[in-house]
Order: sequence, then structure tokens, then C-alpha cells
Amino acid sequence: MTAISDTGAAERNGLLRFLTCGSVDDGKSTLIGRLLYDTQLVLEDQLAALERDSRKHGTTGEDLDLALLVDGLQAEREQGITIDVAYRFFATPRRSFIVADTPGHEQYTRNMATGASNSQAAVILVDARKGVLTQTRRHSYICALLGIKHVVLAVNKIDLVEFSGERFHQIVADYLGFAAPLKFSSVASIPLSARFGDNVIRRSEHMGWYDGPTLIEQLESLEAGEELQGKPLRFPVQWVNRPNLDFRGFAGTVASGVVRPGDRVVVAASGRESAVQRIVTADGDLPEARAGDAVTLTLRDEVDVARGDVLAHADARPEVVDQFAAEVLWMIEEPMLPGRSYLMRIGTRYVPARVTSLKHKTDVNTLEHIAAKTLGLNEIGLCNLSTASPVVLDPYTENRATGAFVLIDRFTNATAGAGMIRFGLRRATNIHRQALLIDKAARTRLNGHRPAVLWFTGLSGSGKSTVANIVERELHALGVHTYMLDGDNVRHGLNRDLGFTDADRVENIRRVGEVARLFVDSGAIVLCSFISPFRAERRMVRELLEAGEFIEVFLDTPLDECKRRDPKGLYARALEGKIKNFTGIDSPYEPPEHAEVVLTPSPLGPQEEAQRVLEALRERQIIA
Amino acid sequence: MTDHKPTCSPLPPHLRQLESESIGIIREVAAEFRNPVMLYSIGKDSGVMLHLALKAFYPAKPPFPLLHIDTRWKFRAMIEHRDRIAERYGVRLLVHTNPDGLARGINPISSGSQLHTQVMKTEALKQALDQWQFDAAFGGARRDEEKSRAKERIFSFRSAGHVWDPRNQRPELWNLYNTRINQGETIRVFPLSNWTELDIWQYTRAEDIPVVPLYFAAARPVLERDGQLIMRDDERMPLKPGEREQVRMVRFRSLGCYPLSAAIESRAETLDDIIAEMLATRTSERSGRLIDSDEAASMEKKKRDGYF
Ligand SMILES: Nc1nc2c(ncn2[C@@H]2O[C@H](COP(=O)(O)OP(=O)(O)OP(=O)(O)O)[C@@H](O)[C@H]2O)c(=O)[nH]1
Ligand SMILES: [Mg+2]
Repeated sequence: MTAISDTGAAERNGLLRFLTCGSVDDGKSTLIGRLLYDTQLVLEDQLAALERDSRKHGTTGEDLDLALLVDGLQAEREQGITIDVAYRFFATPRRSFIVADTPGHEQYTRNMATGASNSQAAVILVDARKGVLTQTRRHSYICALLGIKHVVLAVNKIDLVEFSGERFHQIVADYLGFAAPLKFSSVASIPLSARFGDNVIRRSEHMGWYDGPTLIEQLESLEAGEELQGKPLRFPVQWVNRPNLDFRGFAGTVASGVVRPGDRVVVAASGRESAVQRIVTADGDLPEARAGDAVTLTLRDEVDVARGDVLAHADARPEVVDQFAAEVLWMIEEPMLPGRSYLMRIGTRYVPARVTSLKHKTDVNTLEHIAAKTLGLNEIGLCNLSTASPVVLDPYTENRATGAFVLIDRFTNATAGAGMIRFGLRRATNIHRQALLIDKAARTRLNGHRPAVLWFTGLSGSGKSTVANIVERELHALGVHTYMLDGDNVRHGLNRDLGFTDADRVENIRRVGEVARLFVDSGAIVLCSFISPFRAERRMVRELLEAGEFIEVFLDTPLDECKRRDPKGLYARALEGKIKNFTGIDSPYEPPEHAEVVLTPSPLGPQEEAQRVLEALRERQIIA
Repeated sequence: MTDHKPTCSPLPPHLRQLESESIGIIREVAAEFRNPVMLYSIGKDSGVMLHLALKAFYPAKPPFPLLHIDTRWKFRAMIEHRDRIAERYGVRLLVHTNPDGLARGINPISSGSQLHTQVMKTEALKQALDQWQFDAAFGGARRDEEKSRAKERIFSFRSAGHVWDPRNQRPELWNLYNTRINQGETIRVFPLSNWTELDIWQYTRAEDIPVVPLYFAAARPVLERDGQLIMRDDERMPLKPGEREQVRMVRFRSLGCYPLSAAIESRAETLDDIIAEMLATRTSERSGRLIDSDEAASMEKKKRDGYF
């Protein structure tokens, strides 16, 4: 088969992006190696290398181990498994393909999701001897969530079950039983042997009972056109192009729909309207741009547009919300904690976001919903999220381009979660905040000082409450409006329903943060004494407030000193194992990296430390 | 490139798709990073990458400079091409050579290809990135080039010290690239990840992108060493006993340091010929790169160390 021609691998059926997935060792990499080999894309020097590799790492005795064509990392070759997704390219006279070979191992599920996110079709492999396994189900579910409509169920290693039609039909029935609720548009089942090539490109001579298509015939004929062009226009602005005062263009890639000069468009978040003037490219202006085209738009009017904005047609606008429900796939070891602030990337925009509640997680085996407090690595759940400011979105099933997001851990910057939006929960435009006549600025003028939060953090016994009490007394004497929020007091009332698990600690601080914000709005200086062991939560409170209003005071008292003081006898009990999750003993404390004030125990006592806090307030002109 | 009339024949759809994807990636970097740079190695892939960058910001110029890591052993024709291109398109070109390597007299002939590559390319690149404090660097690598490249993300994270950890890459879903890094960390970005060698040539032809003449067949003096055809570009490369130069019709599929880049016998004198030849060929483009066969899994190892 001559694979490619000069006109570019036969454009007839366009490009198909698909992935192979399924359980460990079901033969995914071998299958892709087989596709490359049989479409003659393995060149002589590569074949020589493959022969050498097969002798060294091969799992197939004397034969070539085709998986080694794809498993390109040293660790993969040594262990004979796939760890990360590989992208390979091949073509037949009818179509060109980009295939993502993904790992079967549960540990690397996120890499499978990476491969699936850009695929139009999935080849799900099953080992004919083992049948449908947990990973087969997990991958099928992830494919469905990510919006893949076309599935090929490849019943592989059929050579090892004597090419048995009976076994094949049994597995197919099994799989279809499980997959029915996933609502794929097509599921084609093919018996094949990746290792020997039966029904991959070459029709098998051993399965007279099978008269369906070979794998390649199925892939060549799949009608998997992206329908993004038929959807409403979404143009996320990526870059404002301003070479000189006469040109102001908005560069970006049309995410969906079609745009033409003259079209009435709105900036989705602000509702500002204008019309498209030109579609600028280096090859001249275009009469239209379609989903997938990278162009630069100019508008007729001077409207405020920046990176992160989305342009849409005035008569087909996206949702603008600050709360929504989404399926989230969790991808890092550290569990997802409702209440914690993550960075959300949606379109060309980053925005802080929190999971406000986890409705349920899904058991991948049965697709049942299970109640849960957190999501662990590789778990999938339905969450409500809220964002720091309104975001522009569509449900994922309506528009893959504007319905997807990722969550990023704010400290490690790891890509922590992948989300698919179900629906918006509350229209940001519908929240008409009560218009206020007296605001924070007015109260500040009356008070004669600015509001702030003094956030005292540190181990139990580090002296938070002691120092905070002295500071409050001094402020009061200066005529400053103050209020004290203390860990112990709050836990007796407002937060009495919370315990000391990580999730509850996060919620504890979130509530305290919101209360502190209200007091700041009233013009007061709020003193908060909380162990608050996690950076993420302290940062969350910081972000609730305006710049300069949050002053973090870190009581940097060594653990040994705190244990020695042990004013409430808590350390003694924790060390005896009578208190669980005690910070510093069996629960971590993350010291601040950029605290405004750091207090180490002063030989002159807490009075001296309190003075340093007051100085910090004067330096910042919060008090005179 | 951008100063020419609209291209006469429209691009085939799959090239147009690749072009748009790459332009989107390039813009993303300009928008999110403080101080990006584009590695420019003068080869055909760099040519396409630069062309895409010029298109991405048209009518403005790309908001980042080009960086060439000069080992001092590139073909002379490459350096001429580099300087001509920088001038023609008015882009800022930075050139860096590892001064320690020069002082130590590291060279591809007596130091061996491995040490030369390590010192004059990998180390030099890290020096340049540190010196100019670049936080993102574009490279022209393609996934179809090599097995370990096929595994790499488009936005590929490097910890402080430029280390790639292939076992622990950030998941990269949809086109929602995670561009966040902490102080000292960097990102390598590969806008041509999904292009194949054939795509590069077809696009070069369609867009009329200038390339180094060494890609086209011509009568050139070459000598045979370890079964490969090497062109002595200057006097620094001594002939071994029994070796002699012969004029043959040759061209290069891949360009680098001249003692390490093997020529192939070819009659392909135009882009059409090159494409026709590629479709018939039975060896990969990297087979002419002497540095890759140094050791098994050599590319992955070099990449972990900071090679592009
Ligand atoms: N007999 C037989 N063996 C096969 C077939 N397909 C794959 N194998 C063997 O099954 C083993 C695992 O194959 P791989 O291709 O590495 O499996 P994988 O699904 O890619 O594994 P992971 O990526 O690690 O999940 C290898 O030893 C293959 O040679 C087949 O059709 N018949
Ligand atoms: Mg595999």
C-alpha cells in the first residue's frame, strides 16, 4: 500500500484524530506499531533499530515487538508498559490520521485523558482472554465524558482464543451492556490480532465467521467531522495586536462558528456591541473565518476588549456566570478539596475558582453515583464551582471549545483537574447587588482609619491570641474600631459543625474569611487568630480582600517551644494519640512565604511583638 | 514571507489546520510569558516556525527575538542564510557561543560528537537562557522525528536547572495549555509538534519560504567516512589517511554541524524534487545525524539534560 501522495495524504476524508485505550497489556501500542508497519511508515533505519530493541527489550520472543515503535521512553521500554501518551502520524490513500497511544495503567489515567481530549474517535481494546475489565470501563466513561462519539471495540489477541467467534460475541455483548448509558453514536466491534496483523489492515484468513470491516476500513470511513463550524460564533481573544495608533486588532482562533466582516458582535462579558470591520491575515483580508482559523479581527468601534474576552454574535450569546456545575476528573495525588482556591483556565482566561460542593463521584465500574467529600487521583465527580469573577461559557456537550476548563494548583502550578461544564447555575447578570449609599470609603472617612485584616497564623501555642489581644487593646485605646475572630470561639458557634479533616479545615477558614470581609466592609480592623496551616486557604482569604487589606502575621515560634509552653495541654494529649490531626504532630503546617510581619519569640515578651504589628499598620498608613 | 502578495493557490486543508494550530500556540506564548525567545537553528523547521511567527503577529513584528546557538561548526552557507533572513525580516537575532567550550577547544572532531553536543549545544543553550532570563523558548522539534519526541507535550515544563522529567509531564488537555511557572522554571514550546517532515516541505513550497541552498542537490566535494558522506566545509577538518574528496551530486536532509551532518546522494534540485524524493525514500531524516546514534535512547537522555 503506498501510503502518501504529494497532494498531502489524500484529503478526501480529511484528517482523523483518534486514540487507542483500554486496560494494561491489551495491545494498544502493538496495534499502533502494526498500523505504522503495515502502512509502510517504518523506514529502514528505524526497522534496524526495532530489530535491535526487540532483542533487548522485546516481549515477543524471536519476533519484532511492534510496541517498541511507540513506547519511546526508556522507562517504558524497560518495563514493557506505556507511561505517557505518544502521538503518531500515518496515512492511507483515503485518509490521514493522528493517533494518540495512551497508557492502560490506572496510575497514568491523566495521560489517557490528555490523548482523548483532542480525539474524534476511540479504539478501545480488550484482550480476548480477559474480556471487559475495570480500565476498559473507566476509559470508555472518560471517552464519553470528553465527548467522543465514535468507538471501535477492538477485541484483540483473538489468536490466543483460537479465533473464536463465540468468545468475540460474548465480549461484545458484555461491552454493549455496559456502554449503553454512555450513548456513543457508533460502536463498531472488530475481532483482531495486533501482533499478527489479522483484520488490522489485512483481512484475516482465520475468521470466516466475521464479515465486517477491518480496523482500517472502519477508521477510513468514520464520519466524524467536527461540527464546530455549525455552532454559534465564539472568538476568544488571545492577543491584542497594536503595532501603531492606527491599528488595533484582536488576534485569536475562531473556536466555533463562522465570522464575516459586517457581523454584529458583542463582548460577551460586558455586553458591549460593535461590528466586525476586517478579518486580517498576513495573506490579505479574508471574506470569512471559520472554526479553527487563526486570524485577527478589527472592530468598527473603540470598545474595551482584552485577552480573555470572548466575542460572539449579538443574537447567539454564551452564558456569563460565576457559578456552574461541571464534571471534574482529578489528576494529582493531593485530593481536591471543596473550598480551596484553584486557578481555572477557560478559553484564553485564567480566573481563581473554588469547588463549592461535590455532588457525587462516579463509580467507573457501575456508573453509580457515590456520595463523597473529596476527589482523589483519577476520580471523577460532579461539582459546583464558583469563580472570582464572571466567566463566559457554554455547556460542554453544546460546545467543546467553550465548555472545557482545567484547574491548576496555585502553589505547584500542576494541572490538577480537567472539567467539562454541564450548565451555568446562576447568571452573573441577574445578581443585582443591593445598591448601597454608604460604602466602605464613606465609613473609612468617618472612622479616621482604614480597615484591614490582621491574620495571625502559627502553631498551637505560638502566641497568636496573646499577641492579638494586646494589639486589640492598644488599637482600642487609639480609637480604632476593631473586632476579634478567634479559632476557638468561632468553632463553638459559626463553625460548630466542622471537624479537623483537611476538607473541614478549608471550610472553616473560608467561612472566617467571609465574615472578616464583612467586618472590613464595615470599616473595622479585624484580628483573626487561626492556626490556618495551609497556604492555599490563607491566600484564599487574602484574595477575598482588596490589595493591601490583608496583613499576614506569622508567629514563627519553633515547635519545641510550643510543646514546652503547651498552655492547654494539647500537645501532651496529641502525642499520646488522644487527639488526631493535630497540627505539627500528625498534620502539617505550611509556613507563609511572604508574610507581611514575621514574629520570632522576643525576649521582651509579647508586648514587644505587639508593637511590631502596630508599626506595620502605621507603615501602611492604615492607622495614623 | 509576510511582505509578499497573497499566496496564489490556497493551502490544502490539513496544512491550513496545522498552520492555524501553530499560530495559536505562538500567540499564546507571547501573551503569557514575560520574556520568550525563539530558537532559530537555520534549518527547514526553523524557517517554517519563523514564517508562522511573522504571520501570527501581522501587521506587527513578533514580540520576541530569535536566538541562534552557534557551535562555530555550522556550514558557512547556514550562517549566511541566517544573517540574510534576520536582515530581510527585521527581526532581532541573538547569537550565543559557549565561551568555556571555546576556551577548552571543544570540537566535533577530536572531542567526539557527544561531548561537543553536550558542551556547545546543550550547555550553551542553558547559558543563553539563563543569561537573558528567558522564561519560554520555542523549538522547531516535531513529534514524527523521533520516538521520545513523540512523547513530549507542546508546552513542555522544565524545572529550575532546565531538567525535563518525561515520567511526570503535565497533562495537556484540549488547547488549554498550562503556562504557569514559578521563579527559575521555564517552558519549552513546540509549535510544530504535529507537523511531519512532508508537511514541512509541502508548506515551504506552498508559502515560498527561503531555505538554505544545501537542502538542494548540487555537485559538492564530499568524503566517505564510516559509510557516511561528509562535506568538508573548511580546513579545520583534516583528512584521514586514505580519505580523499570527490565531487558528487548530494544534498542534506537535515543540517547541523558540518562534520556531523551526512549528505545523501540526490538529484533533487527543486522543492518538487525534494518532495518526490521524500515520498520514495526508505530511511528517516535522522539517519544522517551522527549524534543520535551515539547511544541507545540517546535523544531522551540529551533532552533530559536540556537539549532541545
Ligand atoms: N498473541 C498476541 N499477543 C499480543 C497481541 N497484541 C499484543 N500482544 C502482546 O501483548 C503484550 C502487551 O502489548 P502492548 O502493546 O505493550 O500493550 P499495551 O496495551 O500498549 O500496554 P500498556 O500501554 O502498558 O497499557 C505484548 O507482549 C504484545 O506482544 C495479539 O494480538 N496477539
Ligand atoms: Mg502501550
